[in-house]
Amino acid sequence: MKKLINRQAGPVGRWALGLLPFVILAVLYLVASDARLDANPNDKLLPALSSFADAIERMAFEPSKRSGEYTLLADTLASLQRLGIGVLISALIGLVVGIATGALPLFRAGISPLVTGMSLVPPLAILPILFIVFGLGELAKVMLIIIGITPFLIRDLQQRAEEIPTEQIIKMQTLGANTWQIITRLVWPQIMPRLLSSVRLSLGSAWLFLIAAEAIAATEGLGYRIFLVRRYLAMDVILPYVAWITFLAFAIDFALKRYSRWRYPWFHGAQ
Amino acid sequence: MAAIEIKNLWKEYGKDVVLERLNASVEEGEFVTVVGASGCGKTTFLKMMLGTESPTRGELLLDGKPIPDEPDETRGIVFQRYSVLPHLTAMENVMLSGELESSRWLGWTFGHRRRALREQALEMLESVGLNQALGKYPHELSGGMQQRLALAQALIKKPRILLLDEPFGALDPGIRRDMHELVLDLWRKQDLTVFMITHDLAEGFFLGTRMWVFDKERLDPQDPASYGARITYDLPVGNSDKGTLQSITRSVDTTARALGA
Repeated sequence: MKKLINRQAGPVGRWALGLLPFVILAVLYLVASDARLDANPNDKLLPALSSFADAIERMAFEPSKRSGEYTLLADTLASLQRLGIGVLISALIGLVVGIATGALPLFRAGISPLVTGMSLVPPLAILPILFIVFGLGELAKVMLIIIGITPFLIRDLQQRAEEIPTEQIIKMQTLGANTWQIITRLVWPQIMPRLLSSVRLSLGSAWLFLIAAEAIAATEGLGYRIFLVRRYLAMDVILPYVAWITFLAFAIDFALKRYSRWRYPWFHGAQ
Repeated sequence: MAAIEIKNLWKEYGKDVVLERLNASVEEGEFVTVVGASGCGKTTFLKMMLGTESPTRGELLLDGKPIPDEPDETRGIVFQRYSVLPHLTAMENVMLSGELESSRWLGWTFGHRRRALREQALEMLESVGLNQALGKYPHELSGGMQQRLALAQALIKKPRILLLDEPFGALDPGIRRDMHELVLDLWRKQDLTVFMITHDLAEGFFLGTRMWVFDKERLDPQDPASYGARITYDLPVGNSDKGTLQSITRSVDTTARALGA
């Protein structure tokens, strides 16, 4: 018998061990839900599977009686649009400022302290300011995402740009490159895959800020919906929505990872 | 006129003297190997040649003018590691200098210009024996092939001086011998002026035309940094006997131990 520290799971064992906690959680939920519904058929805290099916049917596949829209679809589109615009603008700012401060010491000296200071401000604390300045419309919600994740992206990309070996920067100069060419042909192409992985890391926070902003002021959106139905203790809607948000987060992360592997084979091959 | 002239060159970092009173001149077409214990200023000398460090005193002249204090296309370099750009294929790595020259703003070329650069790059890659690896990224190449690629990339720019910083230090002995032949071959064909840093004395002894040993003439065992290294031997390669090699080895080893202590 090998020591525990040396034992590895086989391919089948790894799947089985990975699925086990999910199965246990599902069984626990079903047992608990059954017990509560036995005691009180009107219990709303742990709904039965059939209530979930009803709620999903109502939210996703039937047009809403009030607006005629499919609620889940409308919420998803609204949220994804905010998230997409916010993350895209943050990524662009992060890329430009990160490259400038990472590659050019003079820019670093001027901008870095400001970015460091800004990154320490808790974004949710300035949410009221955003609502006051930008109103309660789309802009404030997108701004919260931008303010929330841009400082992180800038600092991360600056660090990645600084990590480019000096040998390569010297090499570019011996090949006749000027500063701009060093940025377009060396720093920028090498930073792109790192930008994708930084964005993947920041997506968790981006969702957090999105849902927080939607909970406070919105008329549609995934975060708005779960905070709305909370008033009726509608766990049968909240839990599927949470699962759907989780799935969206996973799908975006997976797509970014795949894209990066396909587009930048040298980055993943060299690791 | 000599290609490189060194006149009473000193390099100090605060109180530590790295190099002192260096005097030498190198003609065009010479192949100088620089050996010595680590910590004896070989790399500092290379950095001054590159322009990333400047002399504290004295002069370092390229074609009669002081070497600029930043790297440029007059001096090509091959490092031990990180010499080629990992995000470009072998072909793109070699085409790069041409693209940078013909497109000052974008750094990218298209159409017939690109085809012309491709032709030249292909010729260069063939001369270093990489014609089977044109579309491969550096991480797909072995260490020896990466260094061949680095040589091709540096040489296509036709630098005035080619600097090699322990270029074969990380390679297997067999591969290293192949690389020696390749470098000597390219040097003869292209009329290069080469400086090669190495800590392998034997390599320095039979490669090139001239060998410099960087060593401390005066050595204070209590404070090895108080005196700098000088060129203690300046030998034409091929005329040196076994006794010389032994005495150099002894002296370099003594310095290495004193510096390591």
